[in-house]
Amino acid sequence: MEPNFEIHGQGVLITGASRGLGRALAEELAARGARVAMNARDPGPLHDAVATIRARGGVAHAVVGDVADKAAIHGIAGQAHALVGEIAVAIHNASTLGVTPLRLLLDTECEDLAAVLETNLVGPFRLTKILAGAMAVRGAGVIVHVSSDAAVEAYPRWGAYSVSKAAQDHLSRILAAELAGTGVRVLAVDPGEMDTQMHAAAVPDADRASLQRPAEVARAIVAMIEDPARAPSGARLVAPAWRAA
Amino acid sequence: MPTTLPPPARRRRALRTDEVPRDAVCLVVIDERAPRLAPFASLPQLLRAGDLVVVNDAATLPASLRARTATGAELELRIVGPIEASALSTVVLGAGDHRTRTEDRPPPPPLAPGEVVTVETVRGGAGAPEVVFEATVRSAAGRLVRLAVRLDEERLWRAIYAAGSPVQYAHRHATLPLWSVQTVYAARPWASEMPSAGRPLTWEVLLALRRAGVEIASLTHAAGLSSIGDAELDRVLLPMPERYELPQRTIDAITATRRRGGRVIAIGTTVVRALEAAAQDGELRAGSGIASLRLGPGTRPQVVDGLVSGLHVPGESHYELLQAFASRSRLDRALGLAAEVGLSGHELGDACLILRDRAG
Repeated sequence: MEPNFEIHGQGVLITGASRGLGRALAEELAARGARVAMNARDPGPLHDAVATIRARGGVAHAVVGDVADKAAIHGIAGQAHALVGEIAVAIHNASTLGVTPLRLLLDTECEDLAAVLETNLVGPFRLTKILAGAMAVRGAGVIVHVSSDAAVEAYPRWGAYSVSKAAQDHLSRILAAELAGTGVRVLAVDPGEMDTQMHAAAVPDADRASLQRPAEVARAIVAMIEDPARAPSGARLVAPAWRAA
Repeated sequence: MPTTLPPPARRRRALRTDEVPRDAVCLVVIDERAPRLAPFASLPQLLRAGDLVVVNDAATLPASLRARTATGAELELRIVGPIEASALSTVVLGAGDHRTRTEDRPPPPPLAPGEVVTVETVRGGAGAPEVVFEATVRSAAGRLVRLAVRLDEERLWRAIYAAGSPVQYAHRHATLPLWSVQTVYAARPWASEMPSAGRPLTWEVLLALRRAGVEIASLTHAAGLSSIGDAELDRVLLPMPERYELPQRTIDAITATRRRGGRVIAIGTTVVRALEAAAQDGELRAGSGIASLRLGPGTRPQVVDGLVSGLHVPGESHYELLQAFASRSRLDRALGLAAEVGLSGHELGDACLILRDRAG
């Protein structure tokens, strides 16, 4: 059996880390002894999230930048490496719904679809291209793509987001196939419906009490990162089902 | 990749000086046989199962900053990595940028301890410069200047990536984007200039090495500047002492390689310098150190059996180092072949693989 992946002492980069699931993942990983580089576009909320982790004794650093911006991507990776050292875990969590309220795909402007793909697909691809090489040379690493139910189901009005997440799922599988044997594990994780700002933007009238807390989902995802036997490279996992198992 | 010699009339005596795409790099193989050419992608076949390739995983810093003194004099700061605790070690060049040959640039304005310089950027490459951060001169020894920066680590790094660009030289007019000077396995930003021997190691080649049974390991070495801007200083000071970090896993890989009779192949002179420095006390030791040794015709490498490097000509400090692996006549025969078939000696150009005779 493959040994568990040890979180303690590892360098981690999380995109979209200033709120919601990204922030919960940063808090969980920092509580487990990881050094966390937290990326987001907006410095204000990001510095609040970093300060919360530091106040609890965790190691966290802010890396301000937009993953959708090609010119910013080496800066994001470079700052993360400079601040937390070798990156052993990369979590592609930043994503955008596109224009809200959500509209029919057929009413979506081409430019709006392209912008969603830049953030949700091309950004993670660029960042992985920078981070995966050092992981492969060291023979260890985990890359996590935060996916969605919308990657699999065809819901009207979720088009741009769905298309990007479906493509990202396949990006994850192809990267896993190409990295087979290198020690780098690539996962896609559907977190399930969570009580987040993003969910409220997509489904304003949802019953919030029925939604999962981001912290519970973060614990499930960290358990996946630790468990190569149950979460092998190339897998697409569903967080609520993992917790139920 | 040229595989046959051009007709005598078209043969050249000097190396070309242009860039070569990563996946089109040609290797000159230098060993006990006559020098020969091979595509870089055939590296897995040129090595043997059980060999170990060691790379320098330092990412290239955006190490060139434009700055101004309090009296308005322009200068360029080139960061000497790694950056520690909000202090910057820099080499100072005079006004202008890389488009002027380094040795033709005006001398930098004199800087005194306590003096403040402002680092600027021109957004989008046009318009008025904006101040990104201020730094105070702590010490100055000629062109080597240490600066104190009153920014926390996060803000300093953000400022450097906002204001800096890769160090480059006059033979390329257009600005190098940061991505173009990174190896595929680059990690911590320690290098002032790209550890460029690793540039042709594409994923295709890395994965093929693995399939061929060649192991890969890494160390981090703060590859320094290849020119300080003053020919006399370059001759005396280069290569400057440079920090490296050698992980235990790489020492374990070297030990295992030795045990099975494999060879240790360094990708780049920075890897040679780090490994040979780490072995100076007899035994390889994990951790951080400063590589200040100079390797040359008289030195016998303790750890490294072979080397992938750019094509270096007499007069360059790298050429001295190559002579620790192959005699001058062997190197010159190989360089002659490289020039004849039109290979490039640019740091982003073609390459050589030197395998040392086991007998030494």
